[in-house]
Amino acid sequence: MTRPLQRPKRKDPLKKTRVPLLPQGVRSRTALGLTAAAAEGRFRLQVCADCAAVIYPPRDACPRCLSARLPFRDVDNRGTLLAETTIRTSTDVYFRERMPWRIGTVQLDAGPSIVAHLHGDLREGERTRLQLKIDKSGQAIAMALPAEDTPNMADDPQWRELTCDPKFRRVLITDGRTAVGQALAEAVSEAGASVIFVGVADPWKPFPGEGRLRKIERVEIVALDLTDTISVNECAGEFAPRVDILINTAEYVRTGGLIDRKGLTVAREELEMRYFGLTRLAQAFGPVLRARGADGVNSAAAFVNLLSVYALVNWPAYGAFSATEAACLSAAQSLRAELRQGGVKVLNAFFGPLETEWYQAVPPPKVAPSALARAVVRALQQGLEDVFVGDIAEDIRARLAVDPKALERELGS
Amino acid sequence: MGAPDLLAFAGAVAAGDIEVVDLTHTLSPDFPTIVMPPELGQCAPFRMEEVSRYDERGSAWYWNNISMGEHTGTHFDAPVHWISGKDLANNSVDTIPAANFIAPAAVIDISRQSAANADYELTVADVTAWEKQHGRIPPRSWVLLRTDWSKKIGRDYVNMREDGQHTPGPCPEVVRFLVEERDLHGLGTETIGTDAGQAFHFNPPYPAHYYMHGKGRYGLQCLANLDLLPPTGAVIVAAPLKIRRGSGSPLRVLALVPRSHA
Repeated sequence: MTRPLQRPKRKDPLKKTRVPLLPQGVRSRTALGLTAAAAEGRFRLQVCADCAAVIYPPRDACPRCLSARLPFRDVDNRGTLLAETTIRTSTDVYFRERMPWRIGTVQLDAGPSIVAHLHGDLREGERTRLQLKIDKSGQAIAMALPAEDTPNMADDPQWRELTCDPKFRRVLITDGRTAVGQALAEAVSEAGASVIFVGVADPWKPFPGEGRLRKIERVEIVALDLTDTISVNECAGEFAPRVDILINTAEYVRTGGLIDRKGLTVAREELEMRYFGLTRLAQAFGPVLRARGADGVNSAAAFVNLLSVYALVNWPAYGAFSATEAACLSAAQSLRAELRQGGVKVLNAFFGPLETEWYQAVPPPKVAPSALARAVVRALQQGLEDVFVGDIAEDIRARLAVDPKALERELGS
Repeated sequence: MGAPDLLAFAGAVAAGDIEVVDLTHTLSPDFPTIVMPPELGQCAPFRMEEVSRYDERGSAWYWNNISMGEHTGTHFDAPVHWISGKDLANNSVDTIPAANFIAPAAVIDISRQSAANADYELTVADVTAWEKQHGRIPPRSWVLLRTDWSKKIGRDYVNMREDGQHTPGPCPEVVRFLVEERDLHGLGTETIGTDAGQAFHFNPPYPAHYYMHGKGRYGLQCLANLDLLPPTGAVIVAAPLKIRRGSGSPLRVLALVPRSHA
């Protein structure tokens, strides 16, 4: 049984912070299909389109029929742990400081056998669920879990190395004025975050939900205005070394495309809040996050972007807004590569219209702020890179994979 | 009469016989701006981006790029700011005659009333009572409303409630009176706006803006240190930036106050 994680002690200021090291992260182009699946928490392997063989490791030709048609498909992740090994020493600098490390061979019911990292509650001969996870290098590895959930299983050290669990971590929510920011403060508090810093801009302006926000356990309000470089730098100066997970809840939702908006005042505010806000956060908090990726139980773990799914394809009814979200998505991809050097993940949560005032005229289905918050916390607990929240986001994700042009035209109707 | 002796004036400033009182708040990102309903256009707050600071972006020099709305911080309102002044001659900051940037001030103290009632409205009776004590307001004078509001900070300064802002200002009649009967130069306030916080509900809405700018008069807002001025005798130097067709601008507002050394 997994020993429950203990709240980490305050850090000894005389101790050097360890440089984040990464496991080997080179994969073949074909093997990146596993990384893509792991990013979204799917279990996908190559399945031969000609002979239906399930293939692992990834290959460019089917070992059974030599077909080159080997798309990645969702497959059954159940299997049996055939053999296990505990590694006690290694020349690899990443694993060397994480010994002992358990690995084993899993025979999948679907066919192939896979060498996987092992959860502490799994023993040789037992049934297992295999998951593809993104490791600190940003690549997919396989992790074998017990067939059924066990107590405190999220606290397993090998598992926690792959996730961004808010438990005992310190979280910054960048904008507490929004319903989503407040829902997230509540959700990460419930998930066991040890402190939740919540940024509030323009403190002279009252906002709905303020009373409730202040009452959430372990919430501390901090001055933070994402449209103001000085404010972001000052907040980072004071708090960045104590931020393990940064969740950017900045929001700026306005209707209209390019022609309907008169002038650039709104577009500028939108970019200031969203694109430049993200840039300011990256510059102010990124260096410390990246340096603290291996800083113990509460190491820096994740930078979370909340993105409209219309970042992926423009919705002309909210056309200029979609363009700004697209800029944020592109920036998030760059940030992901930049933070990866420190073993810190970038989680992008995509969602359709929210159940909030700025989507008032949009018919359901809409995503409740609390549902988005829960999905973000789940994704952190799973260590995902991309999560699609709600029917609209999932639908757009699916249709983009089939025919992006058709989707563009449909959204423009 | 000979030419005025400006050297004597400069000497008096240097000697402190004329005190220069700064009526300006520091321009900073966290100074509140006026708030419109969110679906309307908003005045940009002050922002500053470092260009270089003796570093790789410029090794021996420090400088910033700044941005803001015309009506951010301590600022000047030109007549073109309001619809009632839109067709007047010389109604924008670049065309206002430069001599108009220097004018005497009458300081009316309603700080006691404002402390008791955040929605206090300056009335004609207040002005006539003031005149009984200090004499008739000379033509082309700034009327500065001392409310001590500039001593408040943050939420208390803006005083935003669910039904809007609550800050003192003039009632419609007194603005008309000052403009038409006293040939007011302009109105200066310590609050965000020359009008009261609730002036949207007045008739006409925002009477200070409507009547003053309709007659080509000016506004000064977010002033500080009005408590350091005498009721009469101060001269205000308030020259906005020369922005082409600008409706206003942040500026440094100085009051020249003669000091008698008793």
